[in-house]
Formats: sequence, C-alpha cells, structure tokens
Amino acid sequence: MGMATLKTGQSEGSAARSRPLWPWAASLAIFLLLVFAGTSAVRAAGKVDVEAQKWSFNGVFGTYDKGQLQRGYKVYQEVCASCHGLKLVYYRNLGEPGGPGFSAAEVKALAAAVQVVDGPNEDGEMFERPGRPSDAFVSPFENDNAARAANNGALPPDLSVIAKARDGGPDFLYALLTGYVDPPAGLELQEGMTYNTVFPGHQIAMPSPIVDGQVEYDDGTPATAENIARDVTAFLMWAAEPKLEERKRIGFQVIIFLLVLAGLMYMVVRRVWDGVPH
Amino acid sequence: MSGPSTYQPQSGFAKWMERRLPVLGLMHSSFVVFPNPRNLNYWWTFGGILAIFLVIQLVTGIVLAMHYTPHVDFAFNSVEHIMRNVNYGWMLRYLHANGASMFFLAVYIHIFRGLYYGSYKEPREILWILGMIIFLLMMATAFMGYVLPWGQMSFWAATVITNLFTAIPLVGESVTQWLWGGFAVDNPTLNRFYSLHYLLPFAIAGVVMLHIWALHVVGSNNPTGISVKSSQDTLPFHPYFTMKDGFAAVLFLILFAALVFYAPNFLVEPVNYIPANPLQTPPHIVPEWYFLPFYAILRAIPDKLGGVIAMFASIFVLFILPWLDTSKVRSAKYRPLYRQFFWVLVVVCLILGYLGAKPAEGGYIIAARIFTAYYFLHFLVILPVLGLVEKPKERPPSISEAVLAKTKSKGGDAQASAAAQ
Repeated sequence: MGMATLKTGQSEGSAARSRPLWPWAASLAIFLLLVFAGTSAVRAAGKVDVEAQKWSFNGVFGTYDKGQLQRGYKVYQEVCASCHGLKLVYYRNLGEPGGPGFSAAEVKALAAAVQVVDGPNEDGEMFERPGRPSDAFVSPFENDNAARAANNGALPPDLSVIAKARDGGPDFLYALLTGYVDPPAGLELQEGMTYNTVFPGHQIAMPSPIVDGQVEYDDGTPATAENIARDVTAFLMWAAEPKLEERKRIGFQVIIFLLVLAGLMYMVVRRVWDGVPH
Repeated sequence: MSGPSTYQPQSGFAKWMERRLPVLGLMHSSFVVFPNPRNLNYWWTFGGILAIFLVIQLVTGIVLAMHYTPHVDFAFNSVEHIMRNVNYGWMLRYLHANGASMFFLAVYIHIFRGLYYGSYKEPREILWILGMIIFLLMMATAFMGYVLPWGQMSFWAATVITNLFTAIPLVGESVTQWLWGGFAVDNPTLNRFYSLHYLLPFAIAGVVMLHIWALHVVGSNNPTGISVKSSQDTLPFHPYFTMKDGFAAVLFLILFAALVFYAPNFLVEPVNYIPANPLQTPPHIVPEWYFLPFYAILRAIPDKLGGVIAMFASIFVLFILPWLDTSKVRSAKYRPLYRQFFWVLVVVCLILGYLGAKPAEGGYIIAARIFTAYYFLHFLVILPVLGLVEKPKERPPSISEAVLAKTKSKGGDAQASAAAQ
C-alpha cells in the first residue's frame, strides 16, 4: 500500500484541516429550498393566512400549560362535546404525563360521569354502565348519518387529530373560533350557514360556538371568548399530539448526544487524515 | 465483493470459519482494506448514509408492522393507536415517515453527485443502472407506504397514480382493475400495497448488495474522474473512509433528528390527518415533495397517455445516460461547458419540483412544459452534442499527482514530499 511513506508527512498546514464543510451547508440549503418551495407553494394555494399565536407548547422547550389544558377540557365538555367526538382519546389520557395532569381520582370521577355502552352481557343484551378510565371518549352520535341528521346535513368532524389536520394547526383553530363576524354587505349566506373569516369559502355550518362567559372557570381565569377559544385550542392540540412533551424532551437528549458524537467524530477524522494528502 | 484479500485469520474460530465460509475475509477485503481513491470528498459519503437509512427504515418499519392494521376501517386509527398507545410508537412512526424523506434527500444528492463527476461512465454503467433500479424500487415503496395511513391524501394519491394505468391503450381499464382488486381503490388495494410495501425493501436490500458488489469490482469514481493507476492513489477503507463516512452520517442524523423531534409533520400534508373519504376529493392533490418534479412532468403533457409516457421516460432516460453522454471525460471539473449545464439541470429540477406543487393551470402549466422540454433536451441533445464539441481542460496524469498539486498550492510542502516518495 505504501501507507507508511505517505503517512510520514508533518501535519502543519494539513489539507485535512482545511477540508471545507460547505458541501454540507450546500446540501442543507438545497433541501430547505426544495422543501420550502414545495410545501409553501402548496400551502399557499387557496388558503387564508392566519395569525401565528404564542403557544406554551411552541419551541424547542415548549410544554403544555396544565391549567390551560384543564380549562380547555372543560370547554370541550361543555361546548364542543354535544356535537364533536374525540374518539381517539381515552379518559386515562387525562391523567397521563404531558397532559392536563388530572389526578387518578379525578380521572376516575370524570370517566364515571359518562354512560358507556358495553356488552353484550350473558343474556346477549347491550347495557349501559358508568365510564372507566380505560374507556375512549364517548362520541355524541351513534354514526355519521345520525350526526348529519341532527346538524342540518353537516357532519361535525371528530376532533381527535383536528389540530394536525388543518393548515396552520392550532393557529387556524383559534382563528376559526374567533373568526365569526358579520358577513360583508350584499353576501347572501346559504341556509343554516354562518360567516367566518378563515373557513374555506367563508360559510361554515357551525354557528359561533363561543361567547364571553360561556364557561365558568374554576381557577379565576377571565372567561373571555378569546381565553375560551385559546384554552380549547390548546386542549385539542394536546389531544392530537399527546406525546409532544416526551418528544421534545427526548429530541433534546438525542441532538445533544449527536452533537457530542459529531465533535468526537470530527476529531477522529482530523487525527486519522492528519498529514495524509487527499 | 472483490478487492485484494490480505486477511489473516487470528483466532482459532476465525481460522476454522475461514476454511469453511470465508465471510470474515469477505468483510475484511470489502470494508477494511478495500482501496478507495484518496481524494474522495464529502459528496461521496452519501452511499454510506443511504445504507444507514435503509436499515433505519427496515427496523422501524418491521416494528410498525407489528402494530398496524391493513384494513380500510382500521388503518387510520391503528396508525393513531401507534402514536398514542404503543411504547415510543410516535417515535417509530415519525422516524419512519421522515426517514423516507431523508432517504430521498440522500439519494438525490447521491445521484446528482454521480451526474457531476460522471460516475455513470465506463466502466460503471451497470453500477449506475443498478442504482437506478434501486431508485425506482424506492419510489414504488415510498408511494405504497404513503397510502398505508389511509388518510385523505393517501387515498387520493393512490387513486390518481393507479388511474395512470387506465391510459394504457386497449387493456388500460382491465389492468387498472386488476391492480385495484376491484372497481376502485379499496380494501384489496390497501392490502396488496401493504404486502408489497413490506416486500420491496428486501428487494432494495438485494439490489443494494449487487450495487456494492459492482462498486467493488470497478472501484469508486473520484472528483478528478481519473481511474486509479497505482496504490499511491488509494487509501484503505478503514479507518480513512469508515471514520469520514461516520462523521458525515452523524451530521446527517442531526438534521434527521431535528425534523423528527421538532417538526415531525412539516413535510406532511395536514389533510392526510383526515381519514380517507372516497366521496370527497381534497382541493389540491399533491404527492410527497420527492415526487414533485415527476408530478410536474406528468401534468405538463396535455394528453394522459403522453403524460404517463413522459413521466416514465424522465426516469428511463437516466438508465441510458451512460450511452447518451458522448464525452470520455468523467468529471465536470475538467468539462467547462458541462459543468454549467449541470447546474442548469439542478435548477431546472428544483423548478419542476416547485411547479409540481402548484395547481396545473395558467402560467404554471406553460412553465412546466418549458422546463420538461429542457429536462429532456439536456439528456437527449445537449449531452450527446457536448461530448463532441466541448474542449476539456487538461487533466492531471493521476489522482496522486492531482492531490499533490492541490496540497502544494496550499503550501503543504511536507505532505507533497511525503506523497512523492
């Protein structure tokens, strides 16, 4: 191989040292360009821009505000739950880490407040019993057709992943909930529809669900329409991403580990290639 | 996989084994002493990165398959079940979904590196074609994987893409219904996509082995494009390239981790979190970002069959690239004109990607036609002609002399004299 002779060179002004990292910067740039062009082009098509809100769960160290999630749960129960299901969420989730942080006893009580259809029993009959923490949230309607029949033909969507299912995510939900204004003069609304600034087409079948003081907060937070909308949006974000806190925590550990490993690998590469022309 | 085997089994077990099945010697000659050109730059680290991502996708995918239910009534909820109830299921799924994007990012860089340095030219034609087969298999695998969560975009992407087969004259409809297993995209379609999504990665792994085998027969190309002439031109794979590739892989994994843990849904269409609904078409049907340039070419042609042919031709043209490029000079470093056309092609592909994300109407469609035409022009006209008219720059006589010239110009006389010995 002739390696011994090649490796005898001294390391001063080594080419290994001057190995540029620009290819990485370039590939990153290409990637981001592609991605931003692609995604933003798609997202921009036919969509109203919504204002970005400050959420406690934003950012690298973002976490949910437990008090906010508990208030949001109350709003969901008292305002949304009569039409919208949350069938992917279980009552036990309400007491799990990274969530609203209800105690085990509270979770039990919250679950027991609803009637769950179970069965069949020994006689082959379905029966109702109080809910348990292991039950999923009970949907307000038996099926989609029943939901449509009760809502003027419109289907209130299940809200389990709604915060991930709309462009803009929680920002969009908040804008929608606070986006009910009088329709512009001359606009003929279809029957049963309400005007909304951010809903696609501006005509939404859901009437404005929130007014000031609609929910009585237990923790002294002023029950303004904005606060109610904000709290229920945060709750729905948690419902859609219940592992967000765990994800960000582990992500931080992973990236710190990889950064340290990259530093060590860089030193190894420097050492190995030191004085080796390439 | 070939290469000079200098392997001397040390332990008793290794000696016993080597006489019966020389896998240790094979590993040794392939990944320890294998001679690589010493001047490889960081663009050459993506092969290793791709191997790592194949393993990541296989491992996460096999575990996901233990929890997923391939049925139209349960698929969407079973994915959410993974996200919520399976231990670290959210991590597995986000790794797998974003891993596909990183896989394609790496493969595109890998392919364009090959284009720039002429890695497809004699004697690497088979190596290149095997790579293109891997690329095709990756596209099929990624497409079918995207269908599995059975969201709105899953369903409608499957509908749009399978409908392409109806463009085949005479038998189009029969073929499409055969693919569907019915008269529309439905449960049988989901079932077979799941089966194939599980199968194809192993086919990829098989072709990857052939790809590496072919690579180890002809050896790596290098930034000068000049063939290896003596042992002075090369360094053993270990530790030089194991460590360099490892360093690059860790940097790439940092980007991957940032995506997985802090923006896991950044590349996903939000509408795919709405369960599939055959009665409601989403306003904009777009594929994943890595298919956008091909989607732009598909829609650029006003005729359905024509669009399908153009889309497949845009990939097929890469298969015959080794014979379209008439220049004997491999590296764009010594091809002043080709180098410019290369960057134009990169920009054209990015623009096609942008247009693929836009609605197929008005100026967008006109632009898509122009850039599609240029894409084919590049391969079918510019490359063949360029080889005949371009006057290449003078090339150094060998890799080691090119390296010496570079280090000398940087003032590294010590290495220069060392290498000259």
